Amino acid sequence: MQTKQTLVALVENKPGVLNRVASLFRRRNFNIDSLTVGRTESPERSRMTIVVDAGADQVAKHLYKLVNVIQVENVSTVPNVSRDLALIKVHVDADTRGQVIQLCDIFRAHIVDTSSRAMIVEVTGDEEKINSMVEMLRPLGILEMVRTGVVAMARGDDVLAPSDYEARRPASNGHRASVL
Amino acid sequence: MKLTGAEIILECLLREGVEVMYGYPGGAILPTYDAMTKYPQIRHVLVRHEQGAAHMADGYARATGKVGVAIATSGPGATNLVTGIATAMMDSSPIVCITGQVPTAAIGTDAFQETDVTGVTLPVTKHNYLVYDVEDLAYTIREAFHIARTGRPGPVLIDIPKDVQNAVTEFVYPEEEPVLPGYRPPQEATEEQVRAALELIERAERPVILAGHGVIMSGASREVLEYAEKTQTPIALTLLGKGGVPETHPLSLGMMGMHGTGHANLAIQHADLLLAFGMRFDDRVTGNLKTYAPHAKKIHIDIDPSEIHKNVRADVPIVGDLRAVLRQLNPHVKPQEHREWWAQIRDWMEDADERDIVHWDAGERLFAAHVIRDMWQATGGNAVIVTDVGQHQMWEAQYYPHERPHTLITSGGLGTMGFGLPAAIGASMGLKSSNVWAIVGDGGFQMTMTELGTAAQERVPVKICIINNGYLGMVRQWQEFFYEERYNATPMHNPDFVKLADAYGIPARRVTRRQDVIPTIEWAAGIDDGPVLIDFVVEKHDIVYPMVPAGADLHNMIRRPIEGK
Repeated sequence: MQTKQTLVALVENKPGVLNRVASLFRRRNFNIDSLTVGRTESPERSRMTIVVDAGADQVAKHLYKLVNVIQVENVSTVPNVSRDLALIKVHVDADTRGQVIQLCDIFRAHIVDTSSRAMIVEVTGDEEKINSMVEMLRPLGILEMVRTGVVAMARGDDVLAPSDYEARRPASNGHRASVL
Repeated sequence: MKLTGAEIILECLLREGVEVMYGYPGGAILPTYDAMTKYPQIRHVLVRHEQGAAHMADGYARATGKVGVAIATSGPGATNLVTGIATAMMDSSPIVCITGQVPTAAIGTDAFQETDVTGVTLPVTKHNYLVYDVEDLAYTIREAFHIARTGRPGPVLIDIPKDVQNAVTEFVYPEEEPVLPGYRPPQEATEEQVRAALELIERAERPVILAGHGVIMSGASREVLEYAEKTQTPIALTLLGKGGVPETHPLSLGMMGMHGTGHANLAIQHADLLLAFGMRFDDRVTGNLKTYAPHAKKIHIDIDPSEIHKNVRADVPIVGDLRAVLRQLNPHVKPQEHREWWAQIRDWMEDADERDIVHWDAGERLFAAHVIRDMWQATGGNAVIVTDVGQHQMWEAQYYPHERPHTLITSGGLGTMGFGLPAAIGASMGLKSSNVWAIVGDGGFQMTMTELGTAAQERVPVKICIINNGYLGMVRQWQEFFYEERYNATPMHNPDFVKLADAYGIPARRVTRRQDVIPTIEWAAGIDDGPVLIDFVVEKHDIVYPMVPAGADLHNMIRRPIEGK
């Protein structure tokens, strides 16, 4: 089995950037395990976390060729925190409701919705933790599940940040919200 | 100064030094065409098909080193540009394409002549833009030219909706160089890399330089020669590297690869060190990667980090501008002689020479190789040659040695048939020269021969030489070698090209015998007030030798049989 690598990419928060990244992966035949996008501390930038099966170096080099990609870091090479979040709708009845509550206790998960025949469990952690929670719940009957994909950050006080480019750029044209 | 978006486009083009643009009008770009009447300093050339506009901009860029500009309307106008954009992308040619787009309010409604052009061109541009606001226009154009011409150059497209062209705003030109947070073209080698390279160089006994397009793009001809002369290292060229160093130089081995010289390919396969200077180990250059240069360490210098280790693993990878890196490296390089290595190479050269068709007496036959060799002689080796794609392109590469950079313009990476004529028009206009010769096959010529109209209307003094064998010759060659001579869909019924030229008012002659080649070329060279065409009717079943079949080992070449042996 190949080891997965987690890349973090800071990108400009502009329309079409996600499309550029996705198109790059398809046309260069890169296999992506997961990709998440979200806001950052700066409205000018978005942050992608990309989990790849192999070839992280080549993926990073090609990401850099996209003009809108500011910085790429392979956080797998440094101590890091990585988190996935899952919402799991699990079937319950009078007999199994207690089991679910117990499991949530063990996994430090939360029950965020409950009805007579189902509960929604919210669980956060690294991928393996969520995988094992899913395995524990599966025998009870998982009705529906969604996972966010991994987000990651290097530990310590080093930050993934570009130079002071904002200061040198012309005033941004905020007339149009980014459509990632 | 209050200006419309359309006027801002032209103001910005002026400030980028644009003197000519190639295009075709249509609904969504009409405001800009109307504004052109106020900017007569920029010559607009009306093409006959937008593909021609993109190739002309490309030919202009490759000949001059400046950014070429093409302009088209939305929808079909823009999609017709795509082949030309992809061609420029593969060969790192700096062009900027401006396309009209339907008004912003209509985007996404399947409006008349609407296409998602930034979507369509995303994989074939270095970068592209859809401008929603006239306030962004000037900065975007500035950025586009900057991106097109710096780093590893490439095509950039700007899609501009009609209402943005009509909108009025205060025009402020961003004088300072654009700051792009994620765009930092690399420049120099580290000391460590220089040291590692020197170590390999000092130990090498059988080195070969692989000189690519990067030699020309970075202007490193002198530095490459300095290195080669100091270390007596043979130089093999890629197709796009031709002209990077003088090919008649005693250290030159000529072209490498699928149709490269036997001695270049054998030298690579026996080398113990490859110095890859601004080239990317394309499959047409390496053949089978598993058996490629098996004994050689590799020093790979390229400006694009993603080319390093892509096809061939480098022992010393250096990301940077070739000229800058060689200027770091050269002072530390010690003189070498490599006598044994050269003795071996000279043996291979003699064998190649014996097989060379150029020494044959053709009798009544007219061989394309002879036409091109005669052309080289008649033009004093000084012409700028623009080729199309196919057999004639490979014969040009083999029989027209180039001495200076930017004198061979050819579609290498994408292999775009139809490139030749329009690119030659762009090159001739860019250089303001009547010494630009388009060498085209009868197949590729017919893909864009509509541009004869453009050449005639603009009185572009381009020389058009058709190597006419009545076949899609390169495909026919593959059918002969690999498909048991089933010549499916390769014979061509051609028009009378001389009459065709005549219909456009273009002087033209047909040549069928060797003795008429040079006089006819001299006749054409004397015409400098417009285009001229020569139809060379050559051997139908000739083959480009040597040939490394696709995916075969580089040393397993099919060689030309020695006639009479």
